Amino acid sequence: MTSPQTTTGPGRLLTPFNLVAGIIVVFGMIITILRFTGGLASVTNLSDDNPWGLWIGFDLLVGVALAAGGYVTSAAVYIFGLKRFHAAVRPAILTGFLGYALVVLALHYDVGRPWRLPYPFVVSAGTTSLLFEVAACVALYLTVLFIEFSPAALEWLGLKRARHLVTRLTLVLTILGVVLSTLHQSSLGALFLIVPAKLHPLWYTPYLPIYFFITSTIAGLSMVICESALSHRYFHGKMDAAHLSGNRDLTLGFGKAASWVLLGYFVIKVIGIAADNQWHYLGTGFGAWYLVELLGFVALPAFMYAVGVREKNITIIRWTAAWTVLGIVVNRFNVCLVAFNWHLPAEQRYFPHWMEIGISVFIVTLGILVFRFIVTRMPILHAHPDYDAH
Amino acid sequence: MSISRRKFLGWMGGASLVAAGARKAHAAANRSFEGYAGSLAVLHDITRCIGCRRCEAGCNAVNELPQPEKPFDDLTVLEKRRRTSAPAYTVVNRFAPAGDGQPPVFVKKQCNHCLEPACASACFVKAFTKTPQGAVIYNPNVCVGCRYCMIACPFEIPAYEYDKALDPRVTKCTLCHPRILEGKLPGCVEACPTEALVFGPRDELIRMARDRMRAHPGRYLDHIYGEHEMGGTSWLYLSGQPFETLGMREDLGTAPAGQLTSGALGAVPMVVGLWPVLLTGIWAITQRKEKIAAHEQAQAVAAARAETEAQAEVRLKTALEKAAKENAAAVAREVKKALETAKTAPQGESDTEKKS
Amino acid sequence: MDNIHTLQEFMLHTKNIIYILILLALAAFPLFWRFLNGRDKE
Ligand code: SF4
Ligand code: SF4
Ligand code: SF4
Repeated sequence: MTSPQTTTGPGRLLTPFNLVAGIIVVFGMIITILRFTGGLASVTNLSDDNPWGLWIGFDLLVGVALAAGGYVTSAAVYIFGLKRFHAAVRPAILTGFLGYALVVLALHYDVGRPWRLPYPFVVSAGTTSLLFEVAACVALYLTVLFIEFSPAALEWLGLKRARHLVTRLTLVLTILGVVLSTLHQSSLGALFLIVPAKLHPLWYTPYLPIYFFITSTIAGLSMVICESALSHRYFHGKMDAAHLSGNRDLTLGFGKAASWVLLGYFVIKVIGIAADNQWHYLGTGFGAWYLVELLGFVALPAFMYAVGVREKNITIIRWTAAWTVLGIVVNRFNVCLVAFNWHLPAEQRYFPHWMEIGISVFIVTLGILVFRFIVTRMPILHAHPDYDAH
Repeated sequence: MSISRRKFLGWMGGASLVAAGARKAHAAANRSFEGYAGSLAVLHDITRCIGCRRCEAGCNAVNELPQPEKPFDDLTVLEKRRRTSAPAYTVVNRFAPAGDGQPPVFVKKQCNHCLEPACASACFVKAFTKTPQGAVIYNPNVCVGCRYCMIACPFEIPAYEYDKALDPRVTKCTLCHPRILEGKLPGCVEACPTEALVFGPRDELIRMARDRMRAHPGRYLDHIYGEHEMGGTSWLYLSGQPFETLGMREDLGTAPAGQLTSGALGAVPMVVGLWPVLLTGIWAITQRKEKIAAHEQAQAVAAARAETEAQAEVRLKTALEKAAKENAAAVAREVKKALETAKTAPQGESDTEKKS
Repeated sequence: MDNIHTLQEFMLHTKNIIYILILLALAAFPLFWRFLNGRDKE
């Protein structure tokens, strides 16, 4: 299997990347065993005061937000008619699908009795809960993403008839995907509407669901830019002419969109403070941190994206995209972990156990490995020779 | 807790703050709910509590909970502030009031059995139920273990069996619901030696609390904790010290949990109803634009072609005309030639032809 | 309506119905769209 000319391909097994990934996977397996034999207490720092930790804050909230590229891209191409970004749809759908699949996998670690995850739909529906809404949409959307992704797999397997059937559903699936994404992205924020007493007033606002939805589109746009940059770098050989030439156009177009949406988000964030008259909190320690989020991770990237787009500077746009993604992580962490339980004394606050971080890293690594497996085999970054691009 | 925060929460409560006098929960429409008539509750008179921990022992016994490390008559545990946990549905805490020489104050903590429980509102498998008798009970047979109920509870009550790998439960005080159904007193109430806990219909307990306030001027603050907090609770408290100094939050507002989420839940069907309309509309418009663009392009092509065709026709026509002229000339030439040949032919031949 | 005493019960009852209506709506949209455009050429 060792062929000298393919240095980045799947040909060589003992690359540094594979070595690190292998170690992470082994560790992940060990922690998994601990989790399902010793309970959450043996691998997490969760407590009665802090029932949600990293696996909800990162794996669920950040995971779902960063997997928004699927609906953003397919909506842009199929609904808004931006056909020139067509080449970006498949990678975005694939990462979206993998993202959601991993979110669901991570939830199996977090909840007490994972085999009961279908209970809300088949045994006892708690429809007053925002979590019911989230669960229903995530389950449905995972299915939608699977079907949207399936043409690539079907082409790979050579099942032309089935592929033809699925592609006829494209528009319906795209619209359903946007509806479901709007709902659960916003509902993830709405989960915290029930805790005005526990979430810091700067982050608690009735606008939470709207903020979460808007940031999901920002996350989606920025992730597509990052992913295209990374694919360009690591899977160059797998990309056909359409994908290679469209890359620059995509980065500029999505960068412009992200800048504009970030500006809107900045405006409604400021209005949110005004609406609840929380200005005086800006002078506190939490207020300073809030300003870091607002200015450093919203206003700054909006500006930097704009500079990148004006200068047609792909490098600036890509770095801004990475910074924006980090900003989404910061925002979700703030809502779920940092500003949550802010009223508790420091010794009752939560900080993740290293094994919690281990599982999160393990799950992200799994995602990268599966992504690599798929793009090196299926027509994701290039069109299948038997089918035209549209 | 600053005043503005309280104000903020009041605003969150919106309409309910205006109607704070009535124990009513409002939905989005102009409906209100009175709760179950005659439901049972417990009044905890903090001024009577001596911190003996007998209620804890009683609760432990009737619920068959594991024995704690230190026995219940060991009062040194009061040195640290505790919260409810998986092995302890109720805990008593000691607070030192401001000012010298004041005796310590003891407060019992357990699930408050809200009239509109946040835990029930948050649970996505309906594991919590507010019973007509007053208790908020938990059903471990459907619980998934997501712990959203623990996030949601404003009183920080539900605990979780983190050390169980496969069948962890959420745990909290049951108001001794099984005992209530049997007509017995809750275990803690029965164990209390000073009647700091009184069990009875909630409405009557509120009246009793007011009577005590009237009968002992200066002993109590004019606040029955739990009458309106988060829509009201089935565990009521009387105190001589501000509740805030006793680890009980006074900034919770009066809006019940359901009211906090009803806006977001109400938006869900609106998105489902309108997004497909809007998105299909946008799609149809872009489609149509593309079609028009394509049509215009086709027209332009057709026009261009027509022009070239017309030009070609003209050219063809001239060519044909030219050809026709040439043809005619050729014919004329041929005829002329033929005639000339005919002339030069011998005369007689034609004559003979005529004759025959 | 007699058995509804709390906001929680009211919301449970109404949301149960609404979620069923949502499913019906999601099915109805594509079908009606086809009906609406059924006589268009092409
Ligand atoms: S106090 Fe907490 S656990 Fe008890 S009923 Fe209210 S919300 Fe539920
Ligand atoms: S942990 Fe159990 S009881 Fe609590 S919200 Fe989740 S499913 Fe419901
Ligand atoms: S009512 Fe029952 S379960 Fe609740 S604290 Fe008292 S004894 Fe314990």
